[in-house]
Amino acid sequence: MRIWLEKQRHLIDFTLASLARRKTKNIGLLLAYTLLVFVLASLTLFTHALRSEATFVLAGSPEVILQRMVAGRHDLIPPGYLDKIGRIRGVQKKEGRLWGYYYDPVLNANYTFMARPADEVADGYIMVGNALARERGLDKHNTISFRSYSGKLFTFEVSAVLSPDAELLSADLVLLSENDFRKFFEYPDGHYTDIALSVANPQEVRTVAAKLSSALPDSRPILREEVLRTYQSVFDWREGIILTVLSGAILAFVILAWEKASGLSAEEKREIGILKAIGWETGDVIRMKTWEGLLISLTAFLLGFIAAYVHVFHFGAAVFEPVLKGWSVLYPKFALVPAVDGLQIATLFFFTVFPYTAAVLVPIWRAAITDPDAVMR
Amino acid sequence: MIELSNIKKAFNQNQPNEYWALHGIDLNIEAGKVTAFRGPSGSGKTTLLTIVGCLSRPTSGRVRFKGEDISGLPERFLTDIRRQSFGFVFQQFNLIKGLSALENVILPAFPTGRPRAELVAAAGELFDQLKLGHRSTAKVEWLSGGEQQRVAIARALINNPEVIIADEPTANLDTALSKEFMAILEGFTAAGKTVLLTSHDPLVVESSAVHRVVGMRDGRLIDD
Amino acid sequence: MRPSTVALGFLAALSAVCLLIFGLFFRSTAANEEKLQANRALVEKFGLTDLALFTEARYTRHPTQADLHSALQDHPGAFDHFPSGSLLPPPAILTQSHAHLAGKTTSPD
Repeated sequence: MRIWLEKQRHLIDFTLASLARRKTKNIGLLLAYTLLVFVLASLTLFTHALRSEATFVLAGSPEVILQRMVAGRHDLIPPGYLDKIGRIRGVQKKEGRLWGYYYDPVLNANYTFMARPADEVADGYIMVGNALARERGLDKHNTISFRSYSGKLFTFEVSAVLSPDAELLSADLVLLSENDFRKFFEYPDGHYTDIALSVANPQEVRTVAAKLSSALPDSRPILREEVLRTYQSVFDWREGIILTVLSGAILAFVILAWEKASGLSAEEKREIGILKAIGWETGDVIRMKTWEGLLISLTAFLLGFIAAYVHVFHFGAAVFEPVLKGWSVLYPKFALVPAVDGLQIATLFFFTVFPYTAAVLVPIWRAAITDPDAVMR
Repeated sequence: MIELSNIKKAFNQNQPNEYWALHGIDLNIEAGKVTAFRGPSGSGKTTLLTIVGCLSRPTSGRVRFKGEDISGLPERFLTDIRRQSFGFVFQQFNLIKGLSALENVILPAFPTGRPRAELVAAAGELFDQLKLGHRSTAKVEWLSGGEQQRVAIARALINNPEVIIADEPTANLDTALSKEFMAILEGFTAAGKTVLLTSHDPLVVESSAVHRVVGMRDGRLIDD
Repeated sequence: MRPSTVALGFLAALSAVCLLIFGLFFRSTAANEEKLQANRALVEKFGLTDLALFTEARYTRHPTQADLHSALQDHPGAFDHFPSGSLLPPPAILTQSHAHLAGKTTSPD
């Protein structure tokens, strides 16, 4: 065992001395490789963490949201609609919701306005999301004016700013009382945006939805499971930008490996001949080359992964921010809760370490098995 | 010590450019002596040495080393014997560029798994004997011809082999260095090692350090 | 120092850090748990249905609530007008058949 260990260390010594002969090239290679792993690992970590968090928090979303459709378009819930639902077994609570969008020309941003019961927000007051507060410099007790779509100016006082931890959910929220909402948007009396229903038994939800559709044919129920499914496919690898980055990374990697695998120079062939002539077996040469592949790919993988972890969970995936932000003005500052998908990381490991090591071995195979007498000539 | 029976060697067999380098060599090489092979280029001297030193196999015929038939052995065992019993000094030295003299010298011992400290110490001794001590950490491409040859010799000795094989050892050396080399040869004999070498150089062939000269021409031995 | 020692030592250190990361992750801190629970409670309280990730346009803000026409509101292919279109596929509900809406009601209006 000791002999085996010492022998591997000798082989590693030789490999490193060999690589050090072309320091710049090999360090460049290592850096390129690490960067590749960094990008792929960052992507994996970020998307997985976001998906897990979304799935967890949106599990509190209403079981069924009922929308009304007119000619395929979303329309308001008229008065009396709520009663038409009547008493459906399993429905614990139904409430009409009031929410909508407001475009703020000051920031060129869209806000989501939501009406809340009087015990949460009083008339004349609003609660705002932290990102909004930050962008408009708002704090508790500040006042802010919005010009409604009818041209009238409304002034509100901020009664509370929502928690910065909740920015991912509430970045652009403005919560106001129902009265204020209706006045501001000149919402028709008795109408609602949609209806939120809560169903006690999760297995009953589909049946309830089916009953609702048959009772109200112009309605569209949106189930919580559909909400969750939407966010499970966010940042899916099939999506445009992710696929582009993935393809780019894979292509870069293939080029790297191809360069390695595409044959030996005469100098390298001669050196392998010399090694065999001085007493190295074919197996020793191959082991030495395997160490070369492993050392580079393992170092690149570990460095890339650690850098990706720090990047995603300590720096909030700063590299991806411009892409995610897109053209939004209000972008939430959020720190994802670390979540690692072991399977994806293992796949990444497998596909970065083994192909590269194989690429290093392929060209030397033939050279390693030839008889060393060619060296004498 | 080394017995060659009807050794024949062909290159590119069964192809239009088939070439027989050796046409049936029968030879016995004595232990502890210096045997020189003399002959023009193309006479098959280098080919014979590669076969004796287990660097290649004969197309037909047998090689016996200390009574054991080694020509039919699988690669692993052949390499083992080559590493333990034979040390090569190539005509072109064949040192690995970019590595230091020390690293080159200890390289043949790597597959044995001997501890590095032991190897460095053994190399140090060899450097002292060959008067290379001050150059051990220099990269080999910066060494002079004579220094490179001594590094090549040190490399051949690191595993303490019984047989040293040298191909045209003085071809790239001037007279002074050639004479130094012959002195080193005498040292080998004193240490009980067997030496085989090829040379056209009369300085080598006619030297007192050489005990036997074997002539070769066109892949056959010439009686001397 | 012997090069193989440096190399193997470095790899061992990196592996240790990696294991630490996995170890830390598996023991999610109390603060994280609290944060997640607080957010879930917020979602329940306000009845939220979407993350506020894509605030560029109204229909990118609530992808789960989008109706069939939302994606074409401004321009054909408008969903891809914004970068978010390449990050989020249309919600499954929009790609399902709406045949059930064509059925007869069981109760008179």
